[in-house]
Amino acid sequence: MKTETMTLNMGPQHPSTHGVLRLVMELDGENIVNCTPHIGYLHTGIEKSMENRTYHQVIPLTDRMDYLSPITNNLAYVLAVEKLLGLEDVPERAQYIRVILAELSRIASHLVALGTHVMELGAVTVFMYGFREREQILDLFETATGVRMMTSFIRIGGVAADLPAEFVEKLQDFLKIFPSRVDEYETLLTNNPIWLRRTRGVGLLPKEVALAYGLSGPNARASGIDWDLRKKEPYCGYEKFDFQVPLGEEGDVYARYRVRMAEMRQSHRILTQALENLPPGPYRSSDRKVVFPPKDELHTGMEALIHHFKLATEGFSPPTGEVYQGIEGPRGEIGFYLVSDGGAKPWRVRVRPPSFLNVQAIPAILNGCLIADAIAAIGSLDFVLGEVDR
Amino acid sequence: MVKEILKGLALTFQQMWKKPITLQYPEERKLMPARARGRHQLQRYEVGMERCIGCGLCSAVCPSNCITVVPAENAEEDRHSPGERYSQIYRINEFRCIFCGYCQEACPVDAIILTEEYEFSAYSRDEFVYDKERLLVSLSRQPQGADRSPEPIS
Repeated sequence: MKTETMTLNMGPQHPSTHGVLRLVMELDGENIVNCTPHIGYLHTGIEKSMENRTYHQVIPLTDRMDYLSPITNNLAYVLAVEKLLGLEDVPERAQYIRVILAELSRIASHLVALGTHVMELGAVTVFMYGFREREQILDLFETATGVRMMTSFIRIGGVAADLPAEFVEKLQDFLKIFPSRVDEYETLLTNNPIWLRRTRGVGLLPKEVALAYGLSGPNARASGIDWDLRKKEPYCGYEKFDFQVPLGEEGDVYARYRVRMAEMRQSHRILTQALENLPPGPYRSSDRKVVFPPKDELHTGMEALIHHFKLATEGFSPPTGEVYQGIEGPRGEIGFYLVSDGGAKPWRVRVRPPSFLNVQAIPAILNGCLIADAIAAIGSLDFVLGEVDR
Repeated sequence: MVKEILKGLALTFQQMWKKPITLQYPEERKLMPARARGRHQLQRYEVGMERCIGCGLCSAVCPSNCITVVPAENAEEDRHSPGERYSQIYRINEFRCIFCGYCQEACPVDAIILTEEYEFSAYSRDEFVYDKERLLVSLSRQPQGADRSPEPIS
Protein backbone atom coordinates (compact mmCIF):
# COMPACT_ATOMS: atom_id res chain seq x y z
CA MET A 1 0.00 0.00 0.00
CA LYS A 2 1.30 3.43 -0.92
CA THR A 3 1.29 5.97 1.88
CA GLU A 4 1.93 9.71 1.84
CA THR A 5 2.95 12.12 4.51
CA MET A 6 0.80 15.13 5.28
CA THR A 7 2.14 18.65 5.75
CA LEU A 8 0.57 20.56 8.60
CA ASN A 9 1.10 24.22 9.27
CA MET A 10 1.05 25.32 12.88
CA GLY A 11 1.16 29.01 13.68
CA PRO A 12 2.10 31.81 13.40
CA GLN A 13 -1.15 32.63 15.17
CA HIS A 14 -1.33 29.43 17.15
CA PRO A 15 -1.73 30.25 20.85
CA SER A 16 0.70 27.63 22.03
CA THR A 17 3.66 28.74 19.95
CA HIS A 18 4.51 31.46 22.51
CA GLY A 19 4.37 34.37 20.14
CA VAL A 20 4.49 34.19 16.41
CA LEU A 21 6.42 31.05 15.61
CA ARG A 22 5.37 29.06 12.57
CA LEU A 23 6.06 25.35 12.44
CA VAL A 24 5.67 23.36 9.26
CA MET A 25 5.29 19.73 10.26
CA GLU A 26 5.37 16.69 8.06
CA LEU A 27 3.14 14.04 9.54
CA ASP A 28 2.97 10.34 9.06
CA GLY A 29 -0.31 9.54 10.71
CA GLU A 30 0.09 11.05 14.16
CA ASN A 31 3.85 10.97 14.15
CA ILE A 32 5.96 13.95 13.24
CA VAL A 33 8.46 12.98 10.57
CA ASN A 34 9.98 16.34 10.03
CA CYS A 35 9.49 19.77 11.51
CA THR A 36 10.77 23.11 10.27
CA PRO A 37 10.44 26.26 12.37
CA HIS A 38 9.95 29.50 10.46
CA ILE A 39 10.94 32.61 12.32
CA GLY A 40 11.10 36.32 11.59
CA TYR A 41 7.53 37.45 12.17
CA LEU A 42 8.61 39.70 15.01
CA HIS A 43 11.73 41.09 13.39
CA THR A 44 12.06 44.74 14.37
CA GLY A 45 15.69 45.40 13.51
CA ILE A 46 16.77 46.00 17.08
CA GLU A 47 20.43 45.15 16.41
CA LYS A 48 20.54 47.62 13.53
CA SER A 49 18.76 50.32 15.53
CA MET A 50 21.42 49.98 18.18
CA GLU A 51 24.04 51.18 15.72
CA ASN A 52 22.24 54.53 15.51
CA ARG A 53 21.99 55.15 19.23
CA THR A 54 24.58 56.20 21.76
CA TYR A 55 25.66 53.53 24.23
CA HIS A 56 23.32 55.06 26.80
CA GLN A 57 20.33 55.15 24.45
CA VAL A 58 20.65 51.46 23.58
CA ILE A 59 19.48 50.34 27.04
CA PRO A 60 15.72 50.86 26.42
CA LEU A 61 16.04 48.87 23.20
CA THR A 62 17.39 45.84 25.03
CA ASP A 63 14.23 45.73 27.18
CA ARG A 64 12.20 44.93 24.13
CA MET A 65 13.95 41.75 23.08
CA ASP A 66 13.15 39.31 25.84
CA TYR A 67 10.15 41.14 27.21
CA LEU A 68 9.60 38.59 29.98
CA SER A 69 12.85 39.43 31.73
CA PRO A 70 13.97 42.88 30.59
CA ILE A 71 16.34 43.31 33.53
CA THR A 72 18.66 40.50 32.45
CA ASN A 73 18.83 42.00 28.95
CA ASN A 74 19.73 45.38 30.42
CA LEU A 75 22.30 43.74 32.63
CA ALA A 76 24.00 41.73 29.89
CA TYR A 77 24.30 44.77 27.66
CA VAL A 78 25.52 47.06 30.43
CA LEU A 79 28.13 44.52 31.56
CA ALA A 80 29.38 44.28 27.97
CA VAL A 81 29.76 48.07 27.75
CA GLU A 82 31.50 48.15 31.13
CA LYS A 83 33.91 45.50 29.89
CA LEU A 84 34.56 47.54 26.75
CA LEU A 85 35.25 50.62 28.85
CA GLY A 86 37.31 48.72 31.37
CA LEU A 87 35.08 50.22 34.06
CA GLU A 88 35.68 48.35 37.27
CA ASP A 89 34.53 50.89 39.77
CA VAL A 90 30.93 49.71 40.09
CA PRO A 91 29.89 50.06 43.75
CA GLU A 92 28.96 46.95 45.69
CA ARG A 93 25.47 48.22 46.43
CA ALA A 94 24.83 48.57 42.71
CA GLN A 95 25.98 44.97 42.20
CA TYR A 96 23.61 43.75 44.88
CA ILE A 97 20.70 45.71 43.44
CA ARG A 98 21.48 44.18 40.05
CA VAL A 99 21.50 40.69 41.51
CA ILE A 100 18.21 41.26 43.34
CA LEU A 101 16.46 42.53 40.23
CA ALA A 102 17.96 39.85 37.99
CA GLU A 103 16.87 37.05 40.30
CA LEU A 104 13.38 38.55 40.62
CA SER A 105 13.07 38.63 36.87
CA ARG A 106 14.29 35.04 36.69
CA ILE A 107 11.46 33.99 39.00
CA ALA A 108 8.94 36.10 37.04
CA SER A 109 10.10 34.58 33.78
CA HIS A 110 9.99 31.02 35.09
CA LEU A 111 6.48 31.66 36.40
CA VAL A 112 5.34 32.68 32.92
CA ALA A 113 7.11 29.68 31.42
CA LEU A 114 5.47 27.36 33.91
CA GLY A 115 2.04 28.97 33.75
CA THR A 116 1.71 29.10 29.99
CA HIS A 117 3.22 25.67 29.52
CA VAL A 118 0.84 24.07 31.97
CA MET A 119 -2.12 25.98 30.58
CA GLU A 120 -1.42 24.67 27.10
CA LEU A 121 -1.75 21.18 28.51
CA GLY A 122 -5.07 22.07 30.06
CA ALA A 123 -4.37 23.16 33.63
CA VAL A 124 -5.45 26.79 33.95
CA THR A 125 -5.19 26.86 37.74
CA VAL A 126 -1.40 26.83 37.87
CA PHE A 127 -1.35 29.61 35.30
CA MET A 128 -3.53 31.78 37.53
CA TYR A 129 -1.51 30.99 40.64
CA GLY A 130 1.74 31.70 38.84
CA PHE A 131 0.53 35.01 37.51
CA ARG A 132 -0.62 36.00 40.99
CA GLU A 133 2.98 35.82 42.20
CA ARG A 134 4.34 37.32 39.00
CA GLU A 135 2.05 40.30 39.58
CA GLN A 136 3.74 40.80 42.94
CA ILE A 137 7.15 40.81 41.27
CA LEU A 138 5.98 43.28 38.63
CA ASP A 139 4.69 45.42 41.49
CA LEU A 140 8.16 45.32 42.99
CA PHE A 141 9.64 46.39 39.66
CA GLU A 142 7.15 49.23 39.48
CA THR A 143 8.13 50.42 42.93
CA ALA A 144 11.82 50.37 42.11
CA THR A 145 11.88 51.47 38.48
CA GLY A 146 8.54 53.17 37.83
CA VAL A 147 7.21 50.69 35.28
CA ARG A 148 6.22 47.06 35.30
CA MET A 149 7.93 45.70 32.26
CA MET A 150 10.12 48.00 30.16
CA THR A 151 12.31 48.85 33.10
CA SER A 152 15.50 50.32 31.51
CA PHE A 153 16.80 50.46 35.04
CA ILE A 154 20.35 49.11 34.89
CA ARG A 155 22.75 51.83 33.81
CA ILE A 156 26.35 51.83 32.69
CA GLY A 157 28.29 52.13 35.95
CA GLY A 158 25.46 51.16 38.28
CA VAL A 159 21.69 51.47 38.37
CA ALA A 160 19.39 54.39 37.61
CA ALA A 161 18.35 55.06 41.20
CA ASP A 162 18.62 53.66 44.67
CA LEU A 163 16.01 51.20 45.90
CA PRO A 164 13.14 53.00 47.63
CA ALA A 165 12.43 52.12 51.26
CA GLU A 166 9.10 50.46 50.54
CA PHE A 167 10.77 48.15 48.03
CA VAL A 168 12.69 46.37 50.76
CA GLU A 169 9.50 45.86 52.81
CA LYS A 170 7.57 44.59 49.81
CA LEU A 171 10.40 42.24 48.88
CA GLN A 172 10.50 40.85 52.41
CA ASP A 173 6.76 40.18 52.22
CA PHE A 174 7.24 38.43 48.92
CA LEU A 175 10.14 36.32 50.16
CA LYS A 176 8.06 35.23 53.14
CA ILE A 177 5.21 33.79 51.12
CA PHE A 178 7.00 32.60 47.99
CA PRO A 179 8.32 29.18 49.12
CA SER A 180 4.83 28.12 50.18
CA ARG A 181 3.53 29.23 46.82
CA VAL A 182 6.06 27.06 45.01
CA ASP A 183 4.87 24.19 47.20
CA GLU A 184 1.37 24.92 45.94
CA TYR A 185 2.42 24.58 42.32
CA GLU A 186 4.21 21.38 43.16
CA THR A 187 1.15 20.00 44.93
CA LEU A 188 -0.82 20.55 41.77
CA LEU A 189 1.74 19.14 39.36
CA THR A 190 4.77 17.21 40.53
CA ASN A 191 2.99 13.95 41.40
CA ASN A 192 -0.15 14.55 39.39
CA PRO A 193 -0.62 11.42 37.23
CA ILE A 194 -2.05 13.38 34.31
CA TRP A 195 0.86 15.77 34.31
CA LEU A 196 3.34 12.90 34.62
CA ARG A 197 1.87 11.09 31.66
CA ARG A 198 1.95 14.17 29.49
CA THR A 199 5.53 15.08 30.35
CA ARG A 200 7.58 12.01 31.31
CA GLY A 201 9.64 10.66 28.45
CA VAL A 202 8.24 13.31 26.12
CA GLY A 203 10.39 15.69 24.10
CA LEU A 204 13.62 13.89 24.84
CA LEU A 205 16.75 15.93 24.46
CA PRO A 206 19.86 13.81 25.05
CA LYS A 207 22.93 15.46 26.51
CA GLU A 208 24.96 15.24 23.29
CA VAL A 209 22.18 16.79 21.23
CA ALA A 210 21.73 19.62 23.71
CA LEU A 211 25.46 20.30 23.53
CA ALA A 212 25.50 20.12 19.75
CA TYR A 213 22.74 22.71 19.51
CA GLY A 214 24.52 25.01 21.93
CA LEU A 215 21.68 25.03 24.42
CA SER A 216 22.21 26.66 27.78
CA GLY A 217 20.17 27.50 30.83
CA PRO A 218 17.47 25.26 32.29
CA ASN A 219 17.05 23.33 29.02
CA ALA A 220 20.66 22.22 29.00
CA ARG A 221 20.75 21.58 32.73
CA ALA A 222 17.69 19.34 32.48
CA SER A 223 19.73 17.17 30.12
CA GLY A 224 22.48 16.90 32.70
CA ILE A 225 24.87 19.56 31.48
CA ASP A 226 26.32 21.30 34.49
CA TRP A 227 26.66 24.78 33.01
CA ASP A 228 25.64 27.95 34.77
CA LEU A 229 27.47 31.21 34.08
CA ARG A 230 26.70 32.42 37.60
CA LYS A 231 29.04 29.67 38.81
CA LYS A 232 31.39 29.23 35.85
CA GLU A 233 32.10 32.87 35.01
CA PRO A 234 30.68 34.85 37.94
CA TYR A 235 29.60 38.43 37.31
CA CYS A 236 28.05 41.03 39.64
CA GLY A 237 29.53 39.19 42.61
CA TYR A 238 27.55 35.96 42.24
CA GLU A 239 30.50 34.10 43.73
CA LYS A 240 29.53 35.58 47.11
CA PHE A 241 26.17 33.83 47.16
CA ASP A 242 25.52 30.35 48.36
CA PHE A 243 23.27 28.51 45.94
CA GLN A 244 23.10 25.31 43.97
CA VAL A 245 22.66 24.66 40.30
CA PRO A 246 19.77 22.22 39.91
CA LEU A 247 20.43 19.48 37.40
CA GLY A 248 18.22 16.96 35.67
CA GLU A 249 19.16 13.74 33.94
CA GLU A 250 16.49 12.53 31.60
CA GLY A 251 16.26 15.60 29.41
CA ASP A 252 12.51 15.24 28.96
CA VAL A 253 9.75 17.79 29.51
CA TYR A 254 9.35 16.69 33.11
CA ALA A 255 13.04 17.19 33.84
CA ARG A 256 12.90 20.70 32.43
CA TYR A 257 9.88 21.42 34.60
CA ARG A 258 11.67 20.12 37.70
CA VAL A 259 14.79 22.16 36.97
CA ARG A 260 12.78 25.38 36.63
CA MET A 261 10.94 24.73 39.89
CA ALA A 262 14.21 24.08 41.68
CA GLU A 263 15.74 27.20 40.15
CA MET A 264 12.96 29.34 41.54
CA ARG A 265 13.76 28.03 45.01
CA GLN A 266 17.47 28.74 44.47
CA SER A 267 16.67 32.27 43.28
CA HIS A 268 14.70 32.70 46.47
CA ARG A 269 17.81 31.70 48.40
CA ILE A 270 19.95 34.22 46.53
CA LEU A 271 17.37 36.94 47.11
CA THR A 272 17.26 36.25 50.83
CA GLN A 273 21.04 36.48 51.09
CA ALA A 274 21.22 39.59 48.92
CA LEU A 275 18.61 41.39 50.98
CA GLU A 276 20.31 40.44 54.24
CA ASN A 277 23.72 41.63 53.14
CA LEU A 278 22.66 44.62 51.04
CA PRO A 279 25.55 47.00 51.68
CA PRO A 280 25.08 50.76 52.08
CA GLY A 281 26.85 53.19 49.81
CA PRO A 282 26.50 54.74 46.39
CA TYR A 283 24.39 53.06 43.73
CA ARG A 284 26.44 54.11 40.75
CA SER A 285 30.02 54.68 39.78
CA SER A 286 31.68 58.04 40.32
CA ASP A 287 33.32 57.99 36.90
CA ARG A 288 32.05 61.28 35.51
CA LYS A 289 33.06 60.37 31.97
CA VAL A 290 30.34 57.74 31.68
CA VAL A 291 27.90 58.30 34.55
CA PHE A 292 25.66 61.34 35.01
CA PRO A 293 26.78 63.45 37.98
CA PRO A 294 24.32 63.77 40.88
CA LYS A 295 21.66 66.42 40.21
CA ASP A 296 22.56 68.65 43.15
CA GLU A 297 26.13 69.00 41.89
CA LEU A 298 24.77 70.61 38.72
CA HIS A 299 23.68 73.69 40.64
CA THR A 300 27.07 74.30 42.20
CA GLY A 301 29.79 72.88 39.98
CA MET A 302 30.66 74.00 36.48
CA GLU A 303 32.60 70.80 35.83
CA ALA A 304 29.62 68.63 36.72
CA LEU A 305 27.43 70.69 34.41
CA ILE A 306 29.85 70.25 31.52
CA HIS A 307 30.02 66.49 32.07
CA HIS A 308 26.25 66.34 32.28
CA PHE A 309 25.75 68.23 29.00
CA LYS A 310 28.41 66.22 27.23
CA LEU A 311 26.94 62.90 28.35
CA ALA A 312 23.39 63.86 27.43
CA THR A 313 24.22 65.22 24.00
CA GLU A 314 27.14 63.13 22.73
CA GLY A 315 27.46 60.27 25.16
CA PHE A 316 30.91 58.83 25.66
CA SER A 317 33.39 57.16 23.34
CA PRO A 318 34.86 53.85 24.50
CA PRO A 319 38.16 52.67 23.06
CA THR A 320 38.26 50.77 19.79
CA GLY A 321 37.84 47.06 20.30
CA GLU A 322 35.55 44.08 20.53
CA VAL A 323 34.11 42.42 23.62
CA TYR A 324 31.72 39.66 24.43
CA GLN A 325 29.89 39.36 27.71
CA GLY A 326 27.32 36.72 28.51
CA ILE A 327 25.22 36.27 31.62
CA GLU A 328 22.90 33.59 32.86
CA GLY A 329 19.43 34.72 31.85
CA PRO A 330 16.27 32.83 32.72
CA ARG A 331 16.29 31.13 29.32
CA GLY A 332 20.00 30.50 29.10
CA GLU A 333 23.08 32.45 28.23
CA ILE A 334 22.21 35.89 26.94
CA GLY A 335 25.23 37.74 25.65
CA PHE A 336 26.20 40.85 23.77
CA TYR A 337 29.05 41.12 21.33
CA LEU A 338 30.02 44.76 20.90
CA VAL A 339 32.31 46.20 18.26
CA SER A 340 33.47 49.72 18.85
CA ASP A 341 35.22 51.92 16.30
CA GLY A 342 36.00 54.49 18.97
CA GLY A 343 32.89 56.54 18.29
CA ALA A 344 30.00 57.38 20.61
CA LYS A 345 27.77 54.77 19.00
CA PRO A 346 28.46 51.03 18.75
CA TRP A 347 29.68 50.02 15.31
CA ARG A 348 27.97 46.68 15.58
CA VAL A 349 25.97 44.93 18.29
CA ARG A 350 25.37 41.24 18.03
CA VAL A 351 23.11 39.52 20.50
CA ARG A 352 23.48 35.91 21.49
CA PRO A 353 19.87 35.12 22.25
CA PRO A 354 19.16 31.97 24.24
CA SER A 355 15.66 31.73 22.76
CA PHE A 356 17.01 31.48 19.23
CA LEU A 357 19.09 28.46 20.14
CA ASN A 358 16.15 26.92 21.95
CA VAL A 359 14.03 27.27 18.81
CA GLN A 360 16.81 25.64 16.80
CA ALA A 361 16.46 22.53 18.89
CA ILE A 362 12.75 22.11 18.08
CA PRO A 363 13.25 19.77 15.08
CA ALA A 364 15.65 17.61 17.06
CA ILE A 365 13.08 17.24 19.82
CA LEU A 366 9.95 16.84 17.74
CA ASN A 367 11.11 14.48 15.02
CA GLY A 368 9.54 11.14 15.73
CA CYS A 369 7.21 12.24 18.49
CA LEU A 370 3.43 12.44 18.48
CA ILE A 371 1.69 15.56 17.28
CA ALA A 372 -0.16 15.84 20.60
CA ASP A 373 3.17 15.92 22.42
CA ALA A 374 4.49 18.73 20.25
CA ILE A 375 2.70 21.32 22.40
CA ALA A 376 4.22 19.91 25.57
CA ALA A 377 7.70 19.85 24.05
CA ILE A 378 7.54 23.36 22.60
CA GLY A 379 6.23 24.86 25.82
CA SER A 380 8.98 23.24 27.87
CA LEU A 381 11.72 24.88 25.77
CA ASP A 382 10.59 28.32 26.97
CA PHE A 383 11.52 30.79 24.26
CA VAL A 384 10.40 34.34 23.60
CA LEU A 385 9.94 35.22 19.97
CA GLY A 386 10.78 38.87 20.56
CA GLU A 387 14.29 37.74 21.35
CA VAL A 388 14.49 35.17 18.55
CA ASP A 389 13.72 37.70 15.84
CA ARG A 390 14.91 40.90 17.51
CA MET B 1 -3.14 7.97 41.76
CA VAL B 2 -6.50 9.35 42.85
CA LYS B 3 -4.89 10.57 46.04
CA GLU B 4 -2.63 13.01 44.21
CA ILE B 5 -5.51 14.44 42.21
CA LEU B 6 -7.59 14.85 45.37
CA LYS B 7 -4.70 16.69 47.00
CA GLY B 8 -4.69 19.17 44.14
CA LEU B 9 -8.45 19.57 44.30
CA ALA B 10 -8.26 20.21 48.03
CA LEU B 11 -5.79 23.01 47.37
CA THR B 12 -8.02 24.70 44.82
CA PHE B 13 -11.00 24.20 47.11
CA GLN B 14 -9.22 26.09 49.91
CA GLN B 15 -8.93 29.13 47.69
CA MET B 16 -12.68 29.68 47.99
CA TRP B 17 -12.25 31.14 51.44
CA LYS B 18 -9.46 33.46 50.46
CA LYS B 19 -9.97 37.07 49.53
CA PRO B 20 -9.76 37.61 45.77
CA ILE B 21 -6.82 39.72 44.64
CA THR B 22 -8.65 41.09 41.62
CA LEU B 23 -8.92 44.85 41.45
CA GLN B 24 -12.20 46.13 40.00
CA TYR B 25 -10.72 48.68 37.62
CA PRO B 26 -11.83 51.42 36.90
CA GLU B 27 -13.88 51.61 40.09
CA GLU B 28 -10.88 50.56 42.16
CA ARG B 29 -7.48 51.89 41.31
CA LYS B 30 -3.99 50.94 42.28
CA LEU B 31 -1.87 53.51 44.03
CA MET B 32 0.90 54.41 41.63
CA PRO B 33 4.43 54.50 43.06
CA ALA B 34 6.26 57.82 43.35
CA ARG B 35 8.55 56.79 40.50
CA ALA B 36 5.74 55.98 38.08
CA ARG B 37 6.62 56.92 34.54
CA GLY B 38 3.47 58.24 32.89
CA ARG B 39 2.57 61.36 30.93
CA HIS B 40 5.08 64.22 30.93
CA GLN B 41 4.61 67.50 32.68
CA LEU B 42 6.58 70.73 32.54
CA GLN B 43 7.14 72.29 35.93
CA ARG B 44 7.09 75.85 37.22
CA TYR B 45 8.86 77.55 40.10
CA GLU B 46 6.76 78.55 43.09
CA VAL B 47 6.57 82.10 41.76
CA GLY B 48 4.98 80.87 38.55
CA MET B 49 8.03 81.13 36.27
CA GLU B 50 8.65 78.22 33.90
CA ARG B 51 11.50 75.97 34.85
CA CYS B 52 12.44 75.03 31.30
CA ILE B 53 15.39 76.98 29.92
CA GLY B 54 15.22 75.48 26.44
CA CYS B 55 18.61 73.75 26.59
CA GLY B 56 17.28 70.78 24.60
CA LEU B 57 19.07 68.08 26.60
CA CYS B 58 15.82 66.11 26.87
CA SER B 59 15.46 66.06 23.13
CA ALA B 60 19.13 65.11 22.65
CA VAL B 61 19.04 62.20 25.09
CA CYS B 62 15.65 60.86 23.94
CA PRO B 63 16.15 57.42 22.36
CA SER B 64 13.00 57.72 20.25
CA ASN B 65 13.38 61.35 19.14
CA CYS B 66 9.93 62.36 20.30
CA ILE B 67 10.74 65.74 21.87
CA THR B 68 11.02 68.99 19.91
CA VAL B 69 12.45 72.02 21.67
CA VAL B 70 12.87 75.41 20.02
CA PRO B 71 14.49 77.90 22.39
CA ALA B 72 14.13 81.69 22.34
CA GLU B 73 15.74 84.57 24.25
CA ASN B 74 13.89 85.92 27.25
CA ALA B 75 12.93 89.58 26.91
CA GLU B 76 13.08 91.75 30.03
CA GLU B 77 9.43 92.84 29.77
CA ASP B 78 8.17 89.34 28.87
CA ARG B 79 10.07 86.88 31.01
CA HIS B 80 9.17 83.17 30.88
CA SER B 81 12.03 81.54 32.75
CA PRO B 82 14.74 82.70 35.16
CA GLY B 83 17.59 82.03 32.74
CA GLU B 84 18.61 83.71 29.51
CA ARG B 85 16.45 81.50 27.36
CA TYR B 86 13.15 79.67 27.49
CA SER B 87 11.48 77.10 25.26
CA GLN B 88 9.35 78.83 22.67
CA ILE B 89 8.10 75.51 21.33
CA TYR B 90 8.06 72.38 23.44
CA ARG B 91 6.34 69.46 21.83
CA ILE B 92 6.20 65.77 22.77
CA ASN B 93 4.78 63.11 20.53
CA GLU B 94 3.36 60.70 23.09
CA PHE B 95 2.86 58.05 20.42
CA ARG B 96 6.58 57.80 19.84
CA CYS B 97 7.50 58.10 23.50
CA ILE B 98 8.65 54.87 25.16
CA PHE B 99 8.49 56.28 28.72
CA CYS B 100 12.08 55.43 29.58
CA GLY B 101 12.41 58.55 31.75
CA TYR B 102 15.70 59.66 30.20
CA CYS B 103 14.38 63.22 29.68
CA GLN B 104 13.64 63.58 33.37
CA GLU B 105 17.10 62.27 34.18
CA ALA B 106 18.83 64.59 31.72
CA CYS B 107 16.98 67.80 32.61
CA PRO B 108 19.43 70.01 34.53
CA VAL B 109 16.69 72.22 36.07
CA ASP B 110 14.07 69.53 36.81
CA ALA B 111 11.66 71.13 34.37
CA ILE B 112 10.28 67.94 32.85
CA ILE B 113 8.95 65.12 34.98
CA LEU B 114 6.96 62.01 34.29
CA THR B 115 3.71 62.00 36.22
CA GLU B 116 1.54 59.21 37.53
CA GLU B 117 -1.03 59.66 34.77
CA TYR B 118 -1.15 56.56 32.59
CA GLU B 119 -4.60 56.59 31.02
CA PHE B 120 -4.33 57.87 27.48
CA SER B 121 -7.33 58.20 25.26
CA ALA B 122 -8.47 60.75 22.71
CA TYR B 123 -10.73 61.09 19.71
CA SER B 124 -7.99 61.96 17.24
CA ARG B 125 -4.36 61.06 16.71
CA ASP B 126 -3.35 64.73 16.77
CA GLU B 127 -4.32 64.97 20.39
CA PHE B 128 -1.39 62.76 21.30
CA VAL B 129 1.09 65.37 20.16
CA TYR B 130 1.27 67.44 23.29
CA ASP B 131 2.32 71.05 22.88
CA LYS B 132 3.71 73.27 25.60
CA GLU B 133 0.31 74.54 26.67
CA ARG B 134 -0.87 71.08 27.62
CA LEU B 135 2.43 69.95 29.06
CA LEU B 136 2.95 72.93 31.33
CA VAL B 137 1.45 72.63 34.77
CA SER B 138 -1.29 75.23 35.22
CA LEU B 139 -0.60 78.27 37.37
CA SER B 140 -3.45 77.62 39.78
CA ARG B 141 -2.46 74.07 40.54
CA GLN B 142 0.24 73.10 42.99
CA PRO B 143 2.86 71.50 40.75
CA GLN B 144 2.76 67.75 40.95
CA GLY B 145 5.97 66.22 42.15
CA ALA B 146 7.33 69.56 43.30
CA ASP B 147 8.71 67.83 46.35
CA ARG B 148 11.07 65.81 44.15
CA SER B 149 12.82 68.91 42.84
CA PRO B 150 15.85 70.48 44.43
CA GLU B 151 16.28 74.20 45.08
CA PRO B 152 15.77 76.42 42.02
CA ILE B 153 18.90 77.97 40.56
CA SER B 154 19.04 81.72 40.85
